[in-house]
Amino acid sequence: MVEKITVGHVHLSGCTGCLVSFADNYEGLFKILDDYADLVYALTLVDVRQIPEMDVALVEGSVCLQDKSSVEEIREAREKAKIVVALGGCAAYGNITRFCRGGQWNQPQMESYVPIGELIDVDLYIPGCAPTPQQIRNVCIMAYLLLKGTDEQKELAGAYLKPLMDLAQRGDEACGCDLMYDVINQGLCMGCGSCAAACPVRAVSMEYGKPNIDRDLCIKCGACYAQCPRSFFNFDVMNEFEGISELIKGVME
Amino acid sequence: MVLGNYKSVVAARSTDNEILKGAQDGGIVTQLFAYALEEGIIDGAIVAGPSDEPWKPEPVIATSKAELLAARGTRYTLSPNISLLKEATRSYGLDRIGIVGTPCQMQAVRKAQLYPIGMRDVPDKIALAVGIFCMENFPYQGLEAMVEDHCNVKLESVKKLDIGKGKFWAYTERGAVAQIPLKVTHKYEQPGCHVCLDYVSNLADVSTGSVGAPDGWSTVFVRTKNGENAWSKAIGAGCFETKPIEEVKPGLDLVKKLATDKITKNQKTLDERATFGVGKGLRNPYL
Ligand SMILES: Cc1cc2nc3c(=O)[nH]c(=O)nc-3n(C[C@H](O)[C@H](O)[C@H](O)COP(=O)(O)OP(=O)(O)OC[C@H]3O[C@@H](n4cnc5c(N)ncnc54)[C@H](O)[C@@H]3O)c2cc1C
Ligand code: SF4
Ligand code: SF4
Ligand code: SF4
Repeated sequence: MVEKITVGHVHLSGCTGCLVSFADNYEGLFKILDDYADLVYALTLVDVRQIPEMDVALVEGSVCLQDKSSVEEIREAREKAKIVVALGGCAAYGNITRFCRGGQWNQPQMESYVPIGELIDVDLYIPGCAPTPQQIRNVCIMAYLLLKGTDEQKELAGAYLKPLMDLAQRGDEACGCDLMYDVINQGLCMGCGSCAAACPVRAVSMEYGKPNIDRDLCIKCGACYAQCPRSFFNFDVMNEFEGISELIKGVME
Repeated sequence: MVLGNYKSVVAARSTDNEILKGAQDGGIVTQLFAYALEEGIIDGAIVAGPSDEPWKPEPVIATSKAELLAARGTRYTLSPNISLLKEATRSYGLDRIGIVGTPCQMQAVRKAQLYPIGMRDVPDKIALAVGIFCMENFPYQGLEAMVEDHCNVKLESVKKLDIGKGKFWAYTERGAVAQIPLKVTHKYEQPGCHVCLDYVSNLADVSTGSVGAPDGWSTVFVRTKNGENAWSKAIGAGCFETKPIEEVKPGLDLVKKLATDKITKNQKTLDERATFGVGKGLRNPYL
């Protein structure tokens, strides 16, 4: 067995839904932990109090600017991790925490929450609220192949991860409106309905075959935009869907 | 990649007359799903079902042959079938999903499997993705204009719509046939189709269309292991009669020609987008 990569889960202002989603890989989670990744940090699961050096930091939640320890932790995560992943809508885009106005017991002064990309450089985004177990699994496997695989595997993993890295470069604001700006207004929408399927709060409905976004419902998780085949579509990876699906299945068996 | 990866290609049609009666071409889609449903290869299929408005499809999850039959035929307008993909696993509890769609919808299915960003539990549950050939699609109001204004036929009275031999055809319940040349229909095409680089559903498990095969028959590409499995079992069960594609007219050359034409034309549109403005371009979704 080749050596494993080290992964940590850094928990900021999030609901633990992302971590639960990771755990929802069930036996797949044990497979990942047995063979591919050592979980070196995770407040809920691992008894380690200080953020250690690690290959991949999966960051859940946004940063509360009034919470010193959160700000400290995200800085530390950036310094100690080779790859920082924004795990889920809050870390990537602020998500539901964007709507916070403070006034909650027992820290009523905590009112400003920003996605981690407003404070540090982020390498990769996994949008969604919650991000799906399968997407987290795929990123873990590809991160492993990228760091420890053969040359061929490194190339595949690089191609797979690139769009998610591009998302991190694209910016830290997202909502259903991005479909409007980057897809519909650009004359690219073809009415497949992926966006409506992706939305966790059913803010996207299909009217005469095109998406209509209820902006009052949208929580800014970024899933609709990232799921849209016209936001990114890499033929290199997608044309190999059968082989890659088998590879992932094989790796998880 | 003009015709995509495939294991085999044949001309085929269903052996079930009830299916053939309302099917668009050889009834491949309806027959294959009906068989797969019966055999437990799928527990339901997302198809373009009927809605309250004539010829406006509504994506539905069919879990019976009757529902599959109700969704037969081609509606030349948007049916966002992928919008039900996650719903199929949740509200309907399907573990083995069948789905039919245009090439772009097959792309959406594969993206959902490889990048399941908002598609929890979907990737492992796609059991049979059947793609249909597609040159272009039309918004509903475009279809309405083509049929009512140009063909001079009420949508309610239409029995079948078809595109073939360079024309758009409307057949009415009372036996009238109206046709208009495709150059009239072009302006009603959905703009998003003009950047589409797939004609024959390269990413489907099985893909089918009328082009290449004689009237009433279909051209069928079997592309993946899943597709091969379902197709060979269906053939074994006598669901389809087939002919070697080399022995039918007009044959694969026409499929290849149309696919090449589509890709060349749309690649040109994509290239032109890059310099659409002055020193500014439009997005290319494939970069
Ligand atoms: C917009 C469009 C353009 C097409 N262009 C071509 C072409 O250029 N060349 C060619 O050879 N074939 C084309 N086809 C495919 C062809 O019309 C038939 O759909 C195909 O041959 C299947 O026929 P069948 O008898 O096997 O299927 P059937 O048994 O009749 O079943 C057809 C299935 O397709 C589904 N369906 C119908 N309309 C839609 C829709 N709008 N979106 C998604 N699913 C739908 C139905 O629900 C049904 O399940 C096109 C189809 C569409 C929808
Ligand atoms: S519309 Fe839905 S999927 Fe899109 S960002 Fe808003 S909440 Fe997320
Ligand atoms: S996911 Fe499909 S329907 Fe939604 S914006 Fe993208 S292309 Fe249009
Ligand atoms: S032409 Fe392409 S984008 Fe348009 S409906 Fe057909 S497959 Fe989809």
